[in-house]
Amino acid sequence: MRLNCTVNGEKRQADDVWPGESLLYVLRERLGLPGSKNACEQGECGSCTVYLDGTPVCSCLVAAGQAEGRAVVTVEGLEFGRVQEAFLAAGAVQCGFCTPGLVVAVHDLLARADKPSDPDIREALAGNLCRCTGYEKILDAVRLAAQ
Amino acid sequence: MTTVDVSVLDGVGTSPRRPDGTLKVRGEFAFSSDLWHEDMLWGATLRSPYPHAEIRGIDLTAALALPGVYAILTYQDVPGAKRYGLEIADQPVLAMDEVRYQGEPVAIVAADHPETARRAAGHIAVDYLELPPVTDPEEGDLLRRVPVRTGDPHPTADVVVTGEYQVGMQDQAFLGPESGLAVPAEDGGVDLYVATQWLHVDRKQVAACLGLPEEKVRLSLAGVGGAFGAREDLSMQVHASLLALHTRKPVKMVYGREESFYGHVHRHPATLRYEHGATRDGDLVYVRARIVLDGGAYASSSTAVAANAATLGIGPYEVPNVDMVADVYYTNNPPCGAMRGFGAVQACFGYESQMDKLAAALGMSPVELRIRNALTTGSRMPTGQVVEGPAPVASLLARVRSRPAPPPSTPDLRELPGGVSNTTHGEGVVRGVGYAIGIKNVGFSEGFDDYSTARVRLELVGGEPAALVHTAAAEVGQGLVTVQAQIARTELGVERVTVATADTSVGSAGSSSASRQTYVTGGAVRAACQAVRATLLSRVAGATDVVGGKLVNAAGVVVADLAEAIGDEPVEETVEWRHRPTYPIDPKTGQGDAHVQYAFAAHRATVDVDVELGLVKVVEIATAQDVGKAVNPLAVVGQIHGGTAQGLGLALMEEIQIVDGVVRNPSFTDYLIPTILDMPPMSVDVLELADPHSPYGLRGVGEPPTISSTPAIVAAVRAATGKALARVPIRPEHITT
Repeated sequence: MRLNCTVNGEKRQADDVWPGESLLYVLRERLGLPGSKNACEQGECGSCTVYLDGTPVCSCLVAAGQAEGRAVVTVEGLEFGRVQEAFLAAGAVQCGFCTPGLVVAVHDLLARADKPSDPDIREALAGNLCRCTGYEKILDAVRLAAQ
Repeated sequence: MTTVDVSVLDGVGTSPRRPDGTLKVRGEFAFSSDLWHEDMLWGATLRSPYPHAEIRGIDLTAALALPGVYAILTYQDVPGAKRYGLEIADQPVLAMDEVRYQGEPVAIVAADHPETARRAAGHIAVDYLELPPVTDPEEGDLLRRVPVRTGDPHPTADVVVTGEYQVGMQDQAFLGPESGLAVPAEDGGVDLYVATQWLHVDRKQVAACLGLPEEKVRLSLAGVGGAFGAREDLSMQVHASLLALHTRKPVKMVYGREESFYGHVHRHPATLRYEHGATRDGDLVYVRARIVLDGGAYASSSTAVAANAATLGIGPYEVPNVDMVADVYYTNNPPCGAMRGFGAVQACFGYESQMDKLAAALGMSPVELRIRNALTTGSRMPTGQVVEGPAPVASLLARVRSRPAPPPSTPDLRELPGGVSNTTHGEGVVRGVGYAIGIKNVGFSEGFDDYSTARVRLELVGGEPAALVHTAAAEVGQGLVTVQAQIARTELGVERVTVATADTSVGSAGSSSASRQTYVTGGAVRAACQAVRATLLSRVAGATDVVGGKLVNAAGVVVADLAEAIGDEPVEETVEWRHRPTYPIDPKTGQGDAHVQYAFAAHRATVDVDVELGLVKVVEIATAQDVGKAVNPLAVVGQIHGGTAQGLGLALMEEIQIVDGVVRNPSFTDYLIPTILDMPPMSVDVLELADPHSPYGLRGVGEPPTISSTPAIVAAVRAATGKALARVPIRPEHITT
């Protein structure tokens, strides 16, 4: 099938999409946007988080066809700003595989809440697994970005 | 030549930003699963559904008939060695007449779409005859027995405690799946881009299996999404290379999460039987221990894991009489090998549980008992090895004990056991505190030739001195690229340092494991920089040192600018660097100086337990660790946080559940790793007591925090519940029944 959607503000088209492909696969393998990651591909780890019409979703759980005519924003499409800067400054990046999903999730959290409490941060990021940091520096990064 | 220019910006002891950080936060860093090549094919692996079976035949007809399939290969297509392994080549590249664990690779497919490859694998008809699996290690074949014996073989003591403890099978659960891209080369060789911990040991095994000379197998490190031991063994390396050479097309392989659980080794499950004897005053008299490790179907690094369990198996304590035996067996369970802590984790759960039991029997505080028996500089390990350099066991314990206690929990559901499941508002919740300390060897042991190679080039770029550091050391997330650049800045006094991509065009760096890379590759980079400095100094008459980007004479007077000394002739030096040698241990007594350095961390865990439902909320973890020298303080703390988290996972949730040799939970839905809701605030107290033998006095950092956080948390849960809790991970029913 042919898929048309807007990705990071540009109209994009993908041909010969097998209907079983996920939005994550189309982004990574057909549209040259491998920033969204493929750690579990069943919605548990959050590393593939993207905005779909403004709502953060696990792109591995979105069938490619469900993105038809809709607007997708990936980590590559986010302007480099306070969230990315805070992740670097706080030491919240180690292997970095969870980082793109977390950057999108934190971007969304801070768009909704100016000064989230620690429990708020933990609740908002509960769907993003990280195996390297124990999350402590990720919390630091969110607090820093919220300043 | 020993002057260290500490004033240089972003040198040793500072925390400059990661050179790969910006790409990572932008989503532009190329992990091994992100690679793409024009005209590439996708590989897939058919794996055994049975833990033990005879293969009576393989029919590829239906699979080969699928459009889009380019090749299907079995063991008959392996041109070189049919088996590989880190220490013993016992693992088939593709199963031959028999499969020995569930998930063992049987055939590989290349196709034009990953789904086509997976479907084709599903169309391969394998005629299996199921055989009974050996699932109890004590009924399996012995792979290695490591005794460590010292002192009186028949000691007696005033107070004796015994215990049997069990550790479940933990998974490294790195997030970036096994993956890579193999590109066939014109010379008949292959270029392999892969996420691994040790490029050269991969190359050695891949070349042997492909029947190629090593120079025709060129590996480059692709972005590594975590490792923790799970990338020390081969996964898709030989398979993708075989498919690429066979089809003459680039082949990409990426495991899914379920396949990843089958595609790498795990932490050895263990049964640990201990008997501790002490005087009435609390002095340890003897320890008897029998440790049984389940090695699974193939050897991997099991022999070294058993040696660690045995040689470190009584913990960081002085004990005059020791009778220890650690055994590792073959079974038809999944193969086990390296995971952060490497044999020391299992033993620590046993000996620290015993120390708490002994403290209770003596009526002593658990911390006092530990401090009373703590190893210190000059103490003798049960192997006879004398502990050199700082060994601040007692002070690490005292430090975590003296941290302020965390405040009582608030009524916020998110801070209570059970969280927003709304299982309690505080009723039935009991707080407990527990302590533990562990010991780990740093680097490869038992006489292994443990070296690293660094090539450093100093040249002028745009008129400015710039250094290029090239090693084959795997950056797996820990920050090694940052550290290598820091060392070069400090040693050469230049700010512009680039770290080249790790590949096999430079000599081996050894493995990114055993907490060894900052020590060994850091040592190699330092040595190569020192060689570069020596060459530079030889160019300028009277120059004796490089300080602040200037060459100075013995009187400290500047005799040349660095740029002048470099001129049109870049300086390049390649150095192979080794730590002090280690020695094998006696196979009957375990005596010998097996380890080059010991590292220690202590934890205090505070937990709230809903004793009615068996739910645990870890409230706070305090860690104290001696790192010798914090080469990059931010990265050091990051290692301690991350290691502590993996220990929490083992204490409370992480276990690959195996029934009759079959994995029951190969997914992140069913194999739980700590989320941000599971992790408490962690305070970290870093000591820097220099080791006189290591570069900058540093001590390996990565593993110690994983070792003692598990028993500290379990001790806290015991304190809250009064339950014996002899098995990790703790399940709710262990608390409620």
